[in-house]
Amino acid sequence: MSHHLQNLVLKIWRQTGPNDAGHFESYRIDDISDEASFLEMLDVLNERLIADGKEAIVFDHDCREGICGTCSLMINGQAHGPQKGTATCQLHMRTFRSGDEIVVEPWRATAFPIIKDLMVDRAAFDRIIEAGGFITADTGGAPDANLIPVPKPVADAAMDAAECIGCGACVAACPNGAANLFTSAKIAHLNLLPQGQAERYSRVEAMVDTMDQYFGSCTNHGECEAACPKGISIDFIAMMNQDYRKAKFKNRKALART
Amino acid sequence: MAQAVQTRGPVTGTAAARTRRKKPFLLDLYSTAVGKKYVMAITGIMMIGFVVAHMIGNLKMYLGAADLNHYADFLKHLLYPLAPKGVTLWLMRAGLLAALVLHVHAAYSLTRLNHQARAVKYQGPRDYQVANFASRTMRMTGIVVALFLIWHLLDLTFGTVNTVGGSGTFVREDVYQNVVNSFNRPVVAIFYILANIALGVHLFHGTWSLFQSMGWNNPRFNSWRRGIAAGIATLVVVGNVSFPIAVLTNVVG
Ligand code: HEM
Ligand code: FES
Repeated sequence: MSHHLQNLVLKIWRQTGPNDAGHFESYRIDDISDEASFLEMLDVLNERLIADGKEAIVFDHDCREGICGTCSLMINGQAHGPQKGTATCQLHMRTFRSGDEIVVEPWRATAFPIIKDLMVDRAAFDRIIEAGGFITADTGGAPDANLIPVPKPVADAAMDAAECIGCGACVAACPNGAANLFTSAKIAHLNLLPQGQAERYSRVEAMVDTMDQYFGSCTNHGECEAACPKGISIDFIAMMNQDYRKAKFKNRKALART
Repeated sequence: MAQAVQTRGPVTGTAAARTRRKKPFLLDLYSTAVGKKYVMAITGIMMIGFVVAHMIGNLKMYLGAADLNHYADFLKHLLYPLAPKGVTLWLMRAGLLAALVLHVHAAYSLTRLNHQARAVKYQGPRDYQVANFASRTMRMTGIVVALFLIWHLLDLTFGTVNTVGGSGTFVREDVYQNVVNSFNRPVVAIFYILANIALGVHLFHGTWSLFQSMGWNNPRFNSWRRGIAAGIATLVVVGNVSFPIAVLTNVVG
């Protein structure tokens, strides 16, 4: 049995472009099914705005099933809203009550400039991946599956890190605007596996140094882990800090040999 | 790993990278945020070592004036006669001072970095989930400890303010009497207690945090880190706070 929410007040951030100051605007909305997702509720609101000849609210979304990392939104002061372990697209209106006021803001970080309204530019994450978040591919025929044995616990840990969908909730939730959880997950899922070993230390150095050019610093609050829709552990941050420390010394020695 | 990456033209609003000049090795490491956190953690460990040893040494107070003053004299004779009298103590002091300066410099520049990283704050209220009082007040508790430290040195090391508003005279060799004179001023005792609670709060987060910063991470022991931090913080606070209370209640005096 679906139920409908009435008299919701949405306080939504509106900003015409990167250089606009922006402001909150309040919208009242009724008759929202509690089976609607948060994004569907925004769709309904946008339909009404368009019907009234007003400009629709811009927000990011794509897969709407929690796998692409495109959706964002700071909902009532929490990245991806109040539900644990889910992205905004998987948040449903049954989490709210009739009469609630819901404050919706974009991710805020200097590295994520606002494009418009609730949409931000997360290209700084791409810069980090470009610096080393890949394995230099071998050419030639495709290797047989399972040619390289990987111990089960290692494969599991790498998989946990690889769950990162790159949505940026960690940066948004971090009081310092740091990207250590994202970067460490992207490093760990390659650095744990045998295929990642050749570039292990050059990878961590390049990726952390790139992260350093855009983001804040980690104080180990743990807000990122709590906000992460995939529940990625801050243990990966410790792993990254360890590999970076080793890399700085190892890479220096390696350079001295050339 | 030098894969050619095509640099795309600027998309409207794309963030600009901060540039960093290449410096000599250790300075270069320190110029990164992760490198500064190694420094914070290592200097933090040095200062934790000091704070714990300082507290344990001062427990001599409970054995009486002769014991405490003897202990103070022992500190001046560390490694004597290998090193001349007082030299080891001064080397340790120099190390601690260097650690403090680095710790505060790193704290200051990371704080600035973090403010720049979110130049425009959230305009609505934040709802923090796990960041606790201790982790969010590191700067405040750090500043309280720094102010206390200045007072503490002027009070019991240099003696400048040891008897201001109290009674007696400052005698360098009579550590016991200096402590009693100082804490017989209730305002001083209360400030001392509050500053130590601030230190405890700082250590409650700091001692946990340093394991993460250094990358000392082992799934078997990770669950112990919180306990270790709480244990060290409690030990330091309970030990240190007992001294002014003992003086005010005439257990020591
Ligand atoms: C005297 C002035 C002090 C100031 C201004 C200060 C400030 C700070 C700040 C702001 C942080 C957090 C840095 C971050 O992660 O962003 C921190 C961390 C820390 N502090 Fe202090 N602090 C002071 C003194 C001390 C003392 C006396 C001790 C030890 C007895 C200490 C031990 C630590 C430890 C262990 C950490 C954690 C390091 C890490 O996260 O890796 N601090 N301090
Ligand atoms: S829209 Fe793809 S994760 Fe939310």
